[in-house]
Amino acid sequence: MNAAILSRGRLAVWCSCLALAFALPLVLKSGFVISLLCQIGIMAVFSLSYNMLLGQTGLLSFGHAVYYGLGAFATIHLLNAIGKGGGPFTTALLPFAGGLAGLAAGLLLGYVTTRKAGTTFAMITLGIGEMVAACSLMFPGIFGGEGGVSGNRVVGKETFLGFSWGPQVEMYGLIVLWAFACTVAMFALTQTPLGRMANAVRDNPERAEFVGYDTERVRFLMVVLSGFFAGIAGGLSALSYEIVTAETLNAHTSGIVLLIAFVGGIGFFYGPIIGAILVTVMQIVIGGMTHAWLLYFGLFFLFMVLMAPGGIASLIAVQRALWQAGLLGRMLPHYAATTLPVLILLAGLIGLVELSYALLTGDGSEGPSKVMSMQLELKTPAPWLTALAVTGIGITLTRWIGGRMRHEWNATLSTLHGDRS
Amino acid sequence: MSVPAIRIQGLKKNFGASEIIRGVDLDIHRGERHAIIGPNGAGKSTLFHLISARLPITSGAIELKGENVVGLKPFEINRKGLSRSFQITNIFHNLSVFENLRCAVLWSLGYRYSFWHRLAGLKDARQRAEAVMDDIGLGKRRDTPAGILSYAEQRALEIGITIASGADVILLDEPTAGMSNTETEEAVALIRRVTEGKTLVMVEHDMGVVFGLADRISVLVYGQIIATDAPAAIRCNAAVQEAYLGTTLNHD
Repeated sequence: MNAAILSRGRLAVWCSCLALAFALPLVLKSGFVISLLCQIGIMAVFSLSYNMLLGQTGLLSFGHAVYYGLGAFATIHLLNAIGKGGGPFTTALLPFAGGLAGLAAGLLLGYVTTRKAGTTFAMITLGIGEMVAACSLMFPGIFGGEGGVSGNRVVGKETFLGFSWGPQVEMYGLIVLWAFACTVAMFALTQTPLGRMANAVRDNPERAEFVGYDTERVRFLMVVLSGFFAGIAGGLSALSYEIVTAETLNAHTSGIVLLIAFVGGIGFFYGPIIGAILVTVMQIVIGGMTHAWLLYFGLFFLFMVLMAPGGIASLIAVQRALWQAGLLGRMLPHYAATTLPVLILLAGLIGLVELSYALLTGDGSEGPSKVMSMQLELKTPAPWLTALAVTGIGITLTRWIGGRMRHEWNATLSTLHGDRS
Repeated sequence: MSVPAIRIQGLKKNFGASEIIRGVDLDIHRGERHAIIGPNGAGKSTLFHLISARLPITSGAIELKGENVVGLKPFEINRKGLSRSFQITNIFHNLSVFENLRCAVLWSLGYRYSFWHRLAGLKDARQRAEAVMDDIGLGKRRDTPAGILSYAEQRALEIGITIASGADVILLDEPTAGMSNTETEEAVALIRRVTEGKTLVMVEHDMGVVFGLADRISVLVYGQIIATDAPAAIRCNAAVQEAYLGTTLNHD
């Protein structure tokens, strides 16, 4: 039994991830990509903290943004309060203050929310989330009203080890450090008595009580600790954007973090990190390309819930199991064969969505409209029929080739499980 | 006379208007193996739920080793050294066999809600969990998720979780229900082994198990105990035979 928190293999993977995170901005130098990476780092911490509740303790929270938002507000106010008295070193530590704010919120709100698990917990978090969001608009002195609270992360002219945190790429470095430290800490927590008992409470709260554990206390501690890490994520976002609005603690943000954790895979520690990467890229990249991105995101979420309820991480885990059993080679040609029909289907669907979107949101004027870099006459049948035809071909091919893949998939899986038992 | 392990006096439990437990008085001696039998619906499981505080009592008194435990929560009673199993298997389904047992020993070893100890470094927890795992014959299933064990294995794990904490008063609710004859024999041997020197109270339908294991037997009928005695005396008791009309204790 290894004495370290991380086994040697795991340590290698984690260090490679850290090195990769630091190396990325050396290759991808555009400001857009750096901002994207910053957002991914922040959301990774936020969604990992969320999964301490959903995945590890079995608590479905609809109000996790409260801790994130309060952490962000605490950080920005502290930044402004310290003002010229601080320096880059103090600024770098500010997310910790955000974490403490999240922790304090957890102590206060967790006391109320963790009395019951299940649906009751979900409903109370929803109520408290709404309450805090409403408060944020009632006290513009603290929450800045509609405009939010802004600050400046560059304090004075001095630097710390050459960093002023002014350029976004320096901020990115700071986010990577914090995100890595938080990830290690959250992983370490899963390897402690409390972390394991949280799993036990998730699986069977009644049994947990009959082995001596107060399930209420276990839930409470997990909410408090999860609030701490969510607060750190909020603090990082405050420093990164230099503005905190009421949006950071409302239901939309709570919803996004739930989706990220779910899409990534709540059954795996690293699932939410994958979710954070995927959803943030979709949000910013697809969001930059089309106004209909929320619709695509909704469809994607629906697809995941129906086809891979364990999230991306579960798909990866199955491939890994196949690979280890030497069965992955059997599936690879089928994956490759299915890619083309799926792409055709996607192209057709995107065409339909974009055409509908252009028609519904257009100004109604005659003449060609610009859809997907093409000049199309929306009120003629040609573009619609084309999109429909592509979709139809896509569906037919996907059903045909995808059906064969599914057949092979089931056979391979039964071989895998047959070997195991 | 020493303080009984469990003393129940005037215990009543109503569900709405219906009385399920209608005044039970019972002393369980320290170190004895005590079986509670009775027809279906007599309230045997309810009695267990009341002793272990899974259900609140309506009236009466329950003492555990001389200490009043009425009004305590299940985890508080467990910490006082009473552990129980369930009729319907009650384990941590997504955790491995080893993790199930380690969860069961953590509190008694004093790790409480620690988030500063590393589980892998807790030698005592590992050794105790492994000892129980070997005891219940699941050593080869160490890393198997409990949810995919066979039924008999899950029942064995259920007993393992119950005894792992080292509690000295053990309540087993139908430990052999649904088992084949061979499995039952193994389960009886297991129970005999792991409850050595402890107080055991069990609800059981299999009369072979009851008469094989128990030092004393109580017969619960319609929420009241009609007889408590040694197995041989219970067998000849007229009131008991009447309660079991149609079934014979001798040949079951």
